[in-house]
Amino acid sequence: MKSFDILVVGAGIVGSAVARECALLGWQVGVVSGGTLAGSATAAGMGHVVVMDDSPAQLALTAYSQSLWHQLAAHLPKSAEYEGCGTIWVAADDEDMVQVPAKHALYARFGIETNILSAAQLAHAEPNLRRGLIGGLLVPADGIVYPPAVASYFLAEATRLGAEIFPARAVSAAHGEVRLNTGAVLAADRIVLAVGADCKLLPALPIQRRKGHLAITDRYPGFVRHQLVELGYLKSAHTLTEDSVAFNIQPRQTGQLLIGSSRQYGSTGPEIEPEMLRRMLDRAIEYMPSLDNLSSLRTWTGFRAATPDKLPCIGSASGLSDDATLWLATGFEGLGITNAPGAARLLVAAMTAQTPAIDVTPYLPARMKAQVSMPYA
Amino acid sequence: MPETLALKINGQLVEVPSGTSVAAALLIASQPFRLSVIGEPRAALCGMGICFECRAVVNGRAHRRTCQLFCEAGMTVETNL
Ligand SMILES: Cc1cc2nc3c(=O)[nH]c(=O)nc-3n(C[C@H](O)[C@H](O)[C@H](O)COP(=O)(O)OP(=O)(O)OC[C@H]3O[C@@H](n4cnc5c(N)ncnc54)[C@H](O)[C@@H]3O)c2cc1C
Ligand code: FES
Repeated sequence: MKSFDILVVGAGIVGSAVARECALLGWQVGVVSGGTLAGSATAAGMGHVVVMDDSPAQLALTAYSQSLWHQLAAHLPKSAEYEGCGTIWVAADDEDMVQVPAKHALYARFGIETNILSAAQLAHAEPNLRRGLIGGLLVPADGIVYPPAVASYFLAEATRLGAEIFPARAVSAAHGEVRLNTGAVLAADRIVLAVGADCKLLPALPIQRRKGHLAITDRYPGFVRHQLVELGYLKSAHTLTEDSVAFNIQPRQTGQLLIGSSRQYGSTGPEIEPEMLRRMLDRAIEYMPSLDNLSSLRTWTGFRAATPDKLPCIGSASGLSDDATLWLATGFEGLGITNAPGAARLLVAAMTAQTPAIDVTPYLPARMKAQVSMPYA
Repeated sequence: MPETLALKINGQLVEVPSGTSVAAALLIASQPFRLSVIGEPRAALCGMGICFECRAVVNGRAHRRTCQLFCEAGMTVETNL
């Protein structure tokens, strides 16, 4: 039986980041990759690297991860399409605008610089937004990437450092042993489940699939300059049981515009739902009327891995499993691209008994035990 | 003799018979339709709205399929994007 220091199951952006981090330690790393990224959240998602303040723990993790992206940026291949374009949170009304100074102050406490924009400054920064919006908050250090290319880069780095990739599915992973659907059995001191929204290997994980629609346009260079998100986004992201949409648009390096976003529970198939797509695009057009004249090339959906408290599971599986070899890096909902570098570092710190860069208590999987019966409301 | 109309293609006034498609007008004017992502000139291929090779900026709107549009008097067409 082939044996490793660590086996990573799942090679989306999170598993790939973990594999690279472990390979950098000089460990013998095996990666069970599931074959392709098709169907993964990493291939579907938007790739906005964003500091998010929906909870102090989310803010700490996204801010830490953002700082790691800044270090990574110089090393990423061109195909990763890293752009430090910044985010503008757009305020449509007074209710939105009261959030702006509070958000500015909160980010400052985490060392994140932001600039408050007046209506005129917002219109100047993004001329295609509709008139009458009352301001915004610019977060200059946010960025965008093309997630599947980043995942490939992380995996290529791991391989260069000696990691071995198994393009197969794991049918079981426990007690230091991973069985593949090819019949092979691999052994390791530690197993990391980085399986996204697929909980078959550990059904105790209380993760739900949260569907999102996206659309991409033809090339319109310069039409949008920053990632633009409505300040109502958090309301939308946290409307927990109801389907919701929010204005969220991203300029790609090609000049294409990636338009999001929708959030749905209980819709399990990957098909496009015309009504949801319509609502999402109407919301975008409400903020940016001239979008209506552009042509869309493709629409698709993806699934976020949502935990009841909206925070990821990073660390030992203890509490959910009595298997001391089992570790988790999953449940990243809509922030797994942003948080992959931070999560990988924190996990490795925990496995090597190093002091982590930030407090990991809020992300420990053991907390899920108490939440298993918690409704998604 | 058919009636004619005049439109502007890349800043130049071009006269065409009415009922001419914008794609045909571009061919008459010997203009490339657009440059591909890697800078190669492109021209209409299918002539029936399927291949998207004939896109140009018409009256300020990008990515119009010119094989599906008739010329109108005073129309502007730009292909140097
Ligand atoms: C519409 C949408 C928009 C998003 N936008 C953003 C954004 O702008 N910014 C951001 O930060 N995040 C965003 N996200 C979230 C982000 O895409 C995910 O959080 C992230 O991709 C999760 O990565 P992952 O590696 O955990 O999971 P995945 O990418 O799902 O990877 C898991 C992998 O594990 C494999 N796997 C599972 N089980 C097994 C097994 N038994 N054996 C072998 N392999 C297995 C799967 O095949 C898959 O390839 C978005 C998500 C969606 C759906
Ligand atoms: S020539 Fe093919 S779409 Fe116009």
